[in-house]
Amino acid sequence: MKTFSELNFPGRLIAVEGLDGSGKSTQIYLLKRWLEAEGIKVYFSEWNSSELVKKATSKGKKRELLTPTTFSLIHATDFADRYERHLLPLLRAGYVVLCDRYVFTAFARDVVRGCPPEWVRGNYNFAAQPDLTIFFKADLEVSLSRILEGRPKLKFFEAGMDLGLSKDPYESFRIFQGRILEQYMAMSGEFDFVVMDANLHVEKQQVLVRKLVGERIELKKFKRRSPLPLPPPAPHGDKVMEMEEDSAA
Amino acid sequence: MKTDSEPTNKCRRFYGHGIPGVRLEELTGRLIVVEGADGSGRSTQIARLVDSLETGGHPTVQVGLKRSTLVSSELEKAQEGNILSRTTLSLFYATDFADQLENIILPALKAGFIVLADRYIYTLMARDMVRGMDEAWLKNLYGIALEPDAVFYLSVEPQELVQRNLAKSATLDYWESGMDLGMSRDMFDSFVKYQTAIQAVFQNLQKTYGFNVVDANRSMDSVTKELRKKIAALLGET
Repeated sequence: MKTFSELNFPGRLIAVEGLDGSGKSTQIYLLKRWLEAEGIKVYFSEWNSSELVKKATSKGKKRELLTPTTFSLIHATDFADRYERHLLPLLRAGYVVLCDRYVFTAFARDVVRGCPPEWVRGNYNFAAQPDLTIFFKADLEVSLSRILEGRPKLKFFEAGMDLGLSKDPYESFRIFQGRILEQYMAMSGEFDFVVMDANLHVEKQQVLVRKLVGERIELKKFKRRSPLPLPPPAPHGDKVMEMEEDSAA
Repeated sequence: MKTDSEPTNKCRRFYGHGIPGVRLEELTGRLIVVEGADGSGRSTQIARLVDSLETGGHPTVQVGLKRSTLVSSELEKAQEGNILSRTTLSLFYATDFADQLENIILPALKAGFIVLADRYIYTLMARDMVRGMDEAWLKNLYGIALEPDAVFYLSVEPQELVQRNLAKSATLDYWESGMDLGMSRDMFDSFVKYQTAIQAVFQNLQKTYGFNVVDANRSMDSVTKELRKKIAALLGET
């Protein structure tokens, strides 16, 4: 797997990975705020967020229609849509793209669900490796308590209830997350994860994240050269949002 | 008719990694695939086969592309707007296929039904290969598919196909004409060029997957006759 830098893309991709409740989303959000303030061309993309595919996914999840195979494929479809329509063009245009979860989420989750690892990896082999992947490693109990305290009810697939690990959603969730963590750790070296201690204080982590990004990515290359022109009337709501945020930065 | 010891003269297998947890020896039914372009007579032939099979005491189930509960309507919508890129569309179709495979095809085969598939992974692969997708990637993706007991490819000359499609609806389908490929701005030309390209890919796939190529330039009745004869042989009813 080659990185975007090795493939001579002008842009760079930073991914964060980790268990639910590892705090990765907060960290990448704060990273985005910093990069915007620095005048960097930045774009944020979240796992399972492509408008069109998301409808099918949420229907499948609500009605519990998904098997390990279709669960894997529908998330691959979602990823491909974002990858081809957003990530690649932005990386060609010299953006710093931030991804809350990347293919490694599928490599871990789908394999825990019983999909053959080579099949899952093969399906995602159109995706290049991030230039930096930060893995937020919290103690399993810490991640679990963050999720379980904040949210009273666990969703069916989120708790891995489809695996029949336990009839108790909380117990199922614990076992499921534990197995996902094992998968992540097993691929950590292969995909060059930078492991962040997610038990640290949230602000301390952000200091480390910013330092790491500053060291690994030559940020001044990704600054906007000139102020943005006035945005033309955009056909899509989400694009309007992007433009507004960018011009405010 | 059927004997007590159900003849499984073919060793069941998935093309690749398959679906986790499936016990192949339990799949005692038959999977029969009919492939071919729009206008090759697929639907008519399948309807006739269902008729004769059911009359003969065989329970049947039908599947086809874009018919899954999970994603068919979203897929339809995406195609109308032509907004999805190639890999996305491939994966969306694969999701649709997998949903039907796991929820219809495999359970029906387990229950001893004859499953008639109106197109299968070959059309999906051929469409993508014509559009430059990587063959190895597609083979891995569709490694989930079960090898059918028989695949009948209804082969019709592109010039004949275009006549049949126009006679039927006085227009040509955007996708079946490969208009997204920009081969020609003229829809008639594009249709013929695209279908020729698809047929070339099918010829290559034939070498790997061993289709029964049926000359469907002939009348509907003679094609039906040939299909019925071959299926009777498959079921050990000759």
